[in-house]
Amino acid sequence: MIMSNFWSIWISVLTIVVIAGCFILLKLVNNNYTGVEEGKSMGHSFDGIEELNNPLPKWWAYMFYLTIVFGVIYLALYPGLGNYKGLFGWTSSNQSIGTEKGIKADSAAALEAAKAENRLSQYDREVAHADEKYGPIFAAYLATPLEELVKDPEALKVGGRLFLQNCSQCHGSDARGSKGFPNLTDSDWLYGGELATIKTTIMNGRNGMMPPKGGLPIEDSEIKGLAEYVVKLSGGEHDEALAAQGQGSFMKGCFACHGMDAKGNKFMGSPNLTDNVWLYGGSRGVIAESITNGRAGVMPAWKDILGEEKVHVVAAYVYSLSNK
Amino acid sequence: MMNHSQSTGADYNYTIVRQFALTTVLWGIVGMSVGVLIAAQLIWPQLNFDTPWLTYSRLRPLHTNAVIFAFGTSALFATSYYVVQRTCQIRLFAPKLAAFTFWGWQAVIIAAAITLPMGFTQGKEYAELEWPIDIAIAIIWVSYAIVFFGTIAKRTTSHIYVANWFFGAFIITVAVLHIVNSMAVPVSLFKSYSLYSGAVDAMVQWWYGHNAVGFLLTAGFLGMMYYFVPKQAGRPVYSYRLSIVHFWALIALYIWAGPHHLHYTALPDWTQSLGMVMSLILFAPSWGGMINGIMTLSGAWHKLRTDPVLRFLVVSLSFYGMSTFEGPMMAIKTVNALSHYTDWTIGHVHSGALGWVAMVSIGSLYHLIPVLFGHGRMYSMKLVNVHFWLATIGTVLYIVSMWISGVMQGLMWRAVNSDGTLTYSFVESLEASYPFYFVRFIGGCFFLTGMFIMAYNVIKTVKASKDSLPAIAEA
Repeated sequence: MIMSNFWSIWISVLTIVVIAGCFILLKLVNNNYTGVEEGKSMGHSFDGIEELNNPLPKWWAYMFYLTIVFGVIYLALYPGLGNYKGLFGWTSSNQSIGTEKGIKADSAAALEAAKAENRLSQYDREVAHADEKYGPIFAAYLATPLEELVKDPEALKVGGRLFLQNCSQCHGSDARGSKGFPNLTDSDWLYGGELATIKTTIMNGRNGMMPPKGGLPIEDSEIKGLAEYVVKLSGGEHDEALAAQGQGSFMKGCFACHGMDAKGNKFMGSPNLTDNVWLYGGSRGVIAESITNGRAGVMPAWKDILGEEKVHVVAAYVYSLSNK
Repeated sequence: MMNHSQSTGADYNYTIVRQFALTTVLWGIVGMSVGVLIAAQLIWPQLNFDTPWLTYSRLRPLHTNAVIFAFGTSALFATSYYVVQRTCQIRLFAPKLAAFTFWGWQAVIIAAAITLPMGFTQGKEYAELEWPIDIAIAIIWVSYAIVFFGTIAKRTTSHIYVANWFFGAFIITVAVLHIVNSMAVPVSLFKSYSLYSGAVDAMVQWWYGHNAVGFLLTAGFLGMMYYFVPKQAGRPVYSYRLSIVHFWALIALYIWAGPHHLHYTALPDWTQSLGMVMSLILFAPSWGGMINGIMTLSGAWHKLRTDPVLRFLVVSLSFYGMSTFEGPMMAIKTVNALSHYTDWTIGHVHSGALGWVAMVSIGSLYHLIPVLFGHGRMYSMKLVNVHFWLATIGTVLYIVSMWISGVMQGLMWRAVNSDGTLTYSFVESLEASYPFYFVRFIGGCFFLTGMFIMAYNVIKTVKASKDSLPAIAEA
């Protein structure tokens, strides 16, 4: 973070004036300049209130001096006076990162440059320290095939902690999900429950895309029938005539994603409509709402946030939830 | 309208002081009731009754605005209008403008009480009110400045008393802070966007936010302290020279302290360092006020045994000293890394807000109300004493529970396992906080109960017949 010379000088001068001003004021007033004997009244009275000319408490004045000395030393060692970098050359982080080139690449380059000059920000130092300490643990996990990792109780424990920290906000502490966020403990999978698929889902994220009315020429009047048909598909009590009407609408194109048998398509993440598992709810009203307005659930990509090493362990944990 | 002339001779404008003094009690009860409700919501979330305008997110700004700007600022209006007249020995300047500040301020409070629960907000802490209300505040505040400084200009005394320095600094700085931070581009009557963006917006906001604490909640109430403590103790102010150093150092340093609210954020390193250094140097000047107040009791310590009003004032100074020690410590980056975003901050704020601001206001009001309504003392000094203990115990329960909860949260958030993963999830730290939330709620109930007792006592005093409440003879 570099500011222009003008602002750098401006802020430095103001800082020095304020701190030096406090020092001078304290020094001046510490002497009895008033011409009134110490401990006596200043001679003015306001609504009966007089003021005594007592000296500043010594311990207080020394404490004040001490904090000023601390401030001056701190500002010599650390950045504070405008663009002055401080004797320690300390920075909290690479404050120059974040260009259009992409934060990560830029940050990595900045990190390399700082390493070459033996100059590291606190953040980089701490990350480097953590990588050094914990890196080997996760490197070893990554080198272990997922099939073996799911048998390692220690790894599953680590995965569980990562899940609680990063995934539970949507999927819940017990991984049973909530409205719009899939339950990960059942054996029902939108995109597939194989180890490799789970890992891909976490790495790259998923974008659900049910368009309003499936993007088909479906009339509002058909929604009720469609919802009835979906209820029938999942084995609910239904009105046969209305469901038959809905089946006709379904054939307008819903099958393209959900399949002729309505059992869904894991390549597209289109849900199976014949089981009784519901992401948004299985009542007629909610089904009609899903059809009318569509749904667009988002699972974010974690590869840049957690890194593949950790995603690998989380994938094993998520798999273990439905494969005890 | 009652009119009690004073023994000192000058005919002061007490109407405005009476109005603000009474509304201070009213708004104190309202603001603190909302505080107790949201404290309860943190334990029993169903207390929002699934009603949007009763949710925590909308009532929290209502609570902070009500206690700072309705309760605290009404107390400052009342005492500054009173003190400036009495220490300048002159009637208030521009009485019609003064009346406007009262009715205008009440209108602003009502507008806040309606718009905040409705969800209208600028999203800036302690500056949530939307732009039409912001403009109204600016106009009222400038009127306040004219009345106050006009009175100073007309004074019949040769010097300006120290209490007025603090009131004056508070009035000027709050005007500047409010106007600069509230700069926004309106898009409709109830929606606007800040003129600043990103880290600059954050910095302007906390420059405002911390100086709302520094100038409104500290300098303003120091002004109050400098009149009511020597007056109630019947002793001269301890050190004139100390008041000079600590006044000028306090106002010069406070204005820099804002960045300590933004440690370890996108704010540039140099800004964070400056905020920390200035906050630390601010420690001694802050304590100057406490020393001057407490040492003023030299030769009058025995009065604490019999005078609950003086007890309020002295205990408020102790809490002031405690929180102004705690503040600079929390501004140190290393400490802040633990304390930030935890309940420790909430505890710190309330040791200032309940222990200092509310208690010095309450003590001052117990001095002021009898004078304003022509009595020698409050209706029941016993109830003043009961209030004192309720307020003290309530404050202690509040801040101790938040200290423990805050430090615990900070430690839980940073605990890591041998594999580098965090030991606790956020929700676990929340679960661990519940017992402390309950203690805090109880503390709040204590404090609020005290306020109701005060309201009863005040009503009884106001309604008491003439000469029925004589001053207590000195022991």
